[in-house]
Amino acid sequence: MKKSAIDNFFKWFCFFCASLIGLLMLGFFIQLSLNSKQVWDIFGWRFLISTEWDPVAEKFGALPSIVGTLSTTLIALIIALPLALAAAMFLVNATPLIRSVLGHAIDLLAAIPSVIYGMWGLFVLVPFMQDKIQPFLAESLKIQKIPVVGRFLAEDYYNGFGILTGGLILAIMILPYICAILRDVLQMTPPMLREAAYGVGCTRLEAGKDIVIPYAIRGILGGVFVGLGRALGETMAVLFVIGNMMEMPQNAFSGSTTIAATIANSFPEADGLQRSALFALGLLLLAMSLLIQILAQSYLRAATAHRGE
Amino acid sequence: MPLKLEAKNLNFFYGSEQVLFDNNLPVEEKKITAVIGPSGCGKSTFLRVCNRIFELYRNQRAEGELLLDGVNVLLPEVDILELRRNVGMIFQKPTPFPMSVFDNVAYPLKLHFKLSRREMFDRVEQALRGASLWDEVKDKLKTSGLELSGGQQQRLCIARAIASEPEVLLMDEPTSALDPLATGKIEELMVELKKRFTIMVVTHNMQQAARISDATAFFFKGVIIEHGATNQIFTNPKNRKTEEYITGRFG
Repeated sequence: MKKSAIDNFFKWFCFFCASLIGLLMLGFFIQLSLNSKQVWDIFGWRFLISTEWDPVAEKFGALPSIVGTLSTTLIALIIALPLALAAAMFLVNATPLIRSVLGHAIDLLAAIPSVIYGMWGLFVLVPFMQDKIQPFLAESLKIQKIPVVGRFLAEDYYNGFGILTGGLILAIMILPYICAILRDVLQMTPPMLREAAYGVGCTRLEAGKDIVIPYAIRGILGGVFVGLGRALGETMAVLFVIGNMMEMPQNAFSGSTTIAATIANSFPEADGLQRSALFALGLLLLAMSLLIQILAQSYLRAATAHRGE
Repeated sequence: MPLKLEAKNLNFFYGSEQVLFDNNLPVEEKKITAVIGPSGCGKSTFLRVCNRIFELYRNQRAEGELLLDGVNVLLPEVDILELRRNVGMIFQKPTPFPMSVFDNVAYPLKLHFKLSRREMFDRVEQALRGASLWDEVKDKLKTSGLELSGGQQQRLCIARAIASEPEVLLMDEPTSALDPLATGKIEELMVELKKRFTIMVVTHNMQQAARISDATAFFFKGVIIEHGATNQIFTNPKNRKTEEYITGRFG
């Protein structure tokens, strides 16, 4: 009798802890919604598409932050995904010793605090971008001359800060996460399928790109979304190198800002309508992260279910 | 009958552990040779030497000779991609590629030949007919190969293997994951295929070996205890171990 009472208590205690997490999530949404109500009332959906952010004139628009967030995230993914995929494919096939040494090194990258990345970015990456990468892209490769997209890629003014540098930092930061997931996903490919691929006369490259990657594609997408979720919300590292300009970026060299960086930069001194606008940005970020998380989970679940057949 | 394959003093090692011991086995052309024996006795390993698929794994190595038309395929100068075109492999479970039925069969053709669309289609149809699958899939060539039934998937893999016109087919327990009906179809197909190909099949099913094979090799602990015509092995085995195994006293 007594024992079952303890057991019953334990069950309800666990239930309480579990619901606490759900309640917290709900609380965040309610809190952010209430605090940003003023902005939604005044600007409505125009808050999302207005490019103006003028605390003095009390005009607020989220578009520069949204564009900065999405473009740094996109650049980060474009750089990190191929690297992570190649690294994961190598790790899956490497000898146990190399696999564990390199695997741990990549996992350790994830343990570095983001403020360290930010400092490194500011003192190493930004000067390097200014002296080497940006002039190289603009003068040697002339990527700004590429038709249609060229004008979004580069300009001939280099200060090292900006979207490209922010994207690069993010790429390094999300690399270990994507790589770890891709490694697990690729490891789940049945050995027999790989052997069948080599058995019909595939080279390593052909087996990877035609058989293993298509087989694992759902899991790979799941990994991409996990990286995306990380990149969206990352604050400190990006804040150091993006230039923190509250205006529409013109190209990848432009100084910009992200939602997270704007909140971190402006919140201490904000009050009134600006504070409300920052809460609205927070709500946006939370919604975006949540959506990405849901997508990531569903793709990863689909990837494992696929194996269960 | 000319020999297609011949193992001469073939030894095989997983690291320092030897699993095949001085295997000598002649394999006749356009016959079905059944490889039987208890689990873990090296049957699959022997097959995996024939197309050198074992080389995917570290620490696995083969010594001795494996002659294909008189040429030792274990020599490093042998073109391994051409070898694998010429020696197809079917696995214990169906291994359709994650692509359409048509592309599954067309894929090895794309790897090895330059074909026009017309030729490609003809060759795919030919291979699917050869694997007795054409009538069942001709209306769903564009659906994923993963959506076929298990037996159909295994015949798809056979179509894929014969599409690149190999001379030898290696089958590693090709029916172990299939129900009796699908197994029957594969067995019929194998008898049909031996008109064009030399087939080696690993099987745990004694009736299957007796039904479809012309020659049988009995492996025990990495040693080929006995080989010869299937009739002789099953009715009048020379070795006591062989007799014990085929009568079901161990294994």
